[in-house]
Amino acid sequence: MNLGRELRKYVIGMVMALTLTGIAFALTIWNYWPVRTRFIIIIACAILQLLVHFRYFLHIDLEKSHRDDLQLILFSAFIIALMVGGMLWVIFNLNMRMM
Amino acid sequence: MISNSYWNPWFGKLTLNAIPTDSLVAMGAASIAVLGAVGTIVLITVFGKWRYLWSEWATSVDHKRIGIMYVVLSLVMLSRAVIEAIVIRLQQAVSVNHSGFLAPEHFGQLFTTHGTIMIFFMIMPFLTGLINYVVPLQIGARDVAFPVLNSISLFLTAAGAFLIMASLVLAPFSTGGWTGYPPFTGIEFNPGVGVNYWIWSVSLASIGSTLTGINLIVTIYKKRAPGMRLMFMPLFTWTSLCVAIMMIFAMPPLTVATALLALDRYLGMHFFTSGAGGNMMNYINLFWEFGHPEVYIIVLPAFGVFSEVFATFSAKALYGYTSLIVATMAIAVLSFTVWVHHFFTMGQSANINAAFGIATMLIGIPTGVKIYDWMLTMYRGRVRFTSPLLWAIAFLVTFVIGGLTGILLSVPPIDFMVHNTTFLIAHFHNVIIPGSLFGMIAGYQYWFPKAFGYRLDERWGRIAFVCWTAGFYLAFMPLYVLGLKGMPRRSVETFQSSFEPWLLVAAVGSLLIAGGLISLGIQLYVSIRQRDRARVAAGDPWDGRNLEWSTSAPPPEYNFAVLPHIEGRYPFYQMKKLGHAYPQQKTYQPIKMPKNSGLGPTIGVASAALCFGLVWYIWWLAIVGTAVIIAAIIVRSFNRNTMRVISVEDIEHTEARWHAILAAAVPVSRDQENVPANVGLAEFMS
Amino acid sequence: MTNSTTPLPRLYPGMNLGETDPDTHEAAEELVFGFWVFLMSDAVLFALLFAVYETMVNSTAGGPGAAQLFHLKPTLIETLVLLASSFTFGMASLIMKFKQHVVLLQIALIGTLILGVSFLGFEISDFAKLTRQGAVPQLSGFLSSFYVLVSTHFLHVLSGCIWILVMLIQLSVFGLDETVKTRLLRLGIFWHFLDIVWIFIFTFVYLLGLL
Repeated sequence: MNLGRELRKYVIGMVMALTLTGIAFALTIWNYWPVRTRFIIIIACAILQLLVHFRYFLHIDLEKSHRDDLQLILFSAFIIALMVGGMLWVIFNLNMRMM
Repeated sequence: MISNSYWNPWFGKLTLNAIPTDSLVAMGAASIAVLGAVGTIVLITVFGKWRYLWSEWATSVDHKRIGIMYVVLSLVMLSRAVIEAIVIRLQQAVSVNHSGFLAPEHFGQLFTTHGTIMIFFMIMPFLTGLINYVVPLQIGARDVAFPVLNSISLFLTAAGAFLIMASLVLAPFSTGGWTGYPPFTGIEFNPGVGVNYWIWSVSLASIGSTLTGINLIVTIYKKRAPGMRLMFMPLFTWTSLCVAIMMIFAMPPLTVATALLALDRYLGMHFFTSGAGGNMMNYINLFWEFGHPEVYIIVLPAFGVFSEVFATFSAKALYGYTSLIVATMAIAVLSFTVWVHHFFTMGQSANINAAFGIATMLIGIPTGVKIYDWMLTMYRGRVRFTSPLLWAIAFLVTFVIGGLTGILLSVPPIDFMVHNTTFLIAHFHNVIIPGSLFGMIAGYQYWFPKAFGYRLDERWGRIAFVCWTAGFYLAFMPLYVLGLKGMPRRSVETFQSSFEPWLLVAAVGSLLIAGGLISLGIQLYVSIRQRDRARVAAGDPWDGRNLEWSTSAPPPEYNFAVLPHIEGRYPFYQMKKLGHAYPQQKTYQPIKMPKNSGLGPTIGVASAALCFGLVWYIWWLAIVGTAVIIAAIIVRSFNRNTMRVISVEDIEHTEARWHAILAAAVPVSRDQENVPANVGLAEFMS
Repeated sequence: MTNSTTPLPRLYPGMNLGETDPDTHEAAEELVFGFWVFLMSDAVLFALLFAVYETMVNSTAGGPGAAQLFHLKPTLIETLVLLASSFTFGMASLIMKFKQHVVLLQIALIGTLILGVSFLGFEISDFAKLTRQGAVPQLSGFLSSFYVLVSTHFLHVLSGCIWILVMLIQLSVFGLDETVKTRLLRLGIFWHFLDIVWIFIFTFVYLLGLL
């Protein structure tokens, strides 16, 4: 891999990150769509941007999936989902029952 | 008592009143702590060992030395926590319809320190020590991946232990139990410094464990000897890997919980307060997101030890190697899905409780698989009932009983009935003592000859075993009955005469356990005295199967003069079978090892100062501590001279000496392993 | 999963130096993997702070909530500044890999440092503005969790800035040797990781709060 190709990766990543950030910010004030739709799109933008940063800035992708670090990321994501998901489930349920 | 608003710029809230002169028991404990510390200092000075301790131990980054220091720390803390347990039992035994000999405040501190020490400063250091010592040897590595970080972890843990010991003299400690639930531990209901001690000592231990976890993961993933595939690794290394992974994911919730509690207390925030939008249920949830994986963090290494012990002393390969690993991984993952069973009664809906109850019961399946695997390992083996195996068998029986009561508790309706009673106390001691403590002691007896070059005395080992096991049953079986009778846990005083006989039996049991602890001490003393009759310098006293037994005892600092090539499971057994267990190398290469470093002790002392300053609101001390930590790390980063080379001559010399011992040694059969004839060379008997 | 049997090209997160400096590439393997493990532990910590924030977002105790307190413009500026600093760090990594030029590398790092410090400045002015409005962390559970989440990220960026500063000095003292390179590799991962955390902060705290 040469300098030009790696530089291109950073530029592509930057452009995509800027676009996604722009969409997310614009949707916050763009009130022609229902809140629910915008809510979902904004979260989708964040997750996409997470993947963009992983792919273009941290150089992690699925093609080299035999790597320890990819397993580590996926397992971390799984544990985070368990912890955060479980926590929100329990606490929101308690909030609801105390209404 | 002075008012809580008192504050002095030099000493914060610390005054002479902190010395617990009002209670005889507390004063006695404080005196013991002070005398112990002063006595140790005087002894070291008299024998002129300061330089030796500093250069050979404190600054050492050798994983073997660090492992031993962890275990020593752990044994010191174990002694304190067992004494506290006895005091608790005695108090409860004499306080039926009486007030007993302890004030409620003091009793509260006792059960808080007992739990905190046992979890964070006894079992965690013990298992970390064993893992540190054994894992690099088992995977054929010369050290862990980050030796200096390893030393930092040790001294962070030691700094936490120091805080707990300091709280004996400059009292009080928290009365909030080892879980420290707010709002009781909030500033409103607990304005003193006790909870601060708890927060900072636990935080230090938690950060230390996170760093240990990182270190172990990288060590096991990246530093295995050539050819050592994951599925060739010994079971103890496997459980260590799972534990390390759990450490890095389970410690952050604890760090978050204690940090937010500290922010509530110090800066008046509202995370867990009862007003202004605070929500204490968040704390309970966060704490157990750490707390449940923690249960398996302390149990899995013991499972690893038992796997080694059963295989070695049955002279058989492990039954169901793969299933044991799959079960370990299943337990590790499931342990992150069951935390709500610690607070079924908090008020969430029945569906949530049901889901977490079912997840809890699921853990019984992989655990059952392991129990059967171990039993089948012994089946048709030539079982030798040496002390490590006795502990393992006691574990097998006792742990199943504890596990079954756990299945009872995992049913939410039953949990509602016995929640907060001594039934729960009986249950978790019934799993943790055999499942973790017995494992640690078995590991200590099993690997001691490797670490020090001589065997431990077998007779006192058996006496200790009998005392601990009998003491355990006497001390904790009555608590099941008492729990079903409705005795609340942590009661300083009870008013039900029918409790008394059971409490008396439990108190006798706790005294027997004390006898067990003393026997362990005598065993160590006797073994040191008679070490010349028990030397096993050749390195393989138990006819071991894994790589750690292929080195001399104690191993040289570089562990392996030439890194072994691994071709399958039980590499040392394979080498013995093929008759080249101790290959003579013709040439050696120089070995690069890390130099000693003062960074660990520096950070340990500075973080102890930082946290002590925070406990007593001595801000300058906290600032100095922080500054020293940051400066020490930056200064260290400019040090380029961190490695040293062990020359070929040194290696040749060390290896030649060991090979001379090997050549002179007479192989002994397994049945003679506890007689002086065993010098560490095992006769090969298939 | 094993890497000892077949000599695979070793790969780890962040810039890989395999083509231009194989020795450092080899040496970085354990260090970068260990650092990545640490970051995953850190990610759990952030995830839990996010979860705490989400559970407390309505616990305003009668005080101001997200919609009254937050503004889009400063958040956008902070986001762009941090994103730009990620890019400049990417340039620094490229210079380290392909040009091996100390001064150019230092310029890129100083650029990153300036952007990082201005990000911190913008955040401080944000916090100051909130404090002037009376929205202090002691006011409600919501504000406590907001301040702690955002300032934990703040402290991470601050340590990143100190780290850059130390690396600038080490570049002058030692030049671009193996140790400096492996440290810059880890610093790069740290910096990009902090940008990822910020994505979630601006999304979940600011944007969804203002929605």
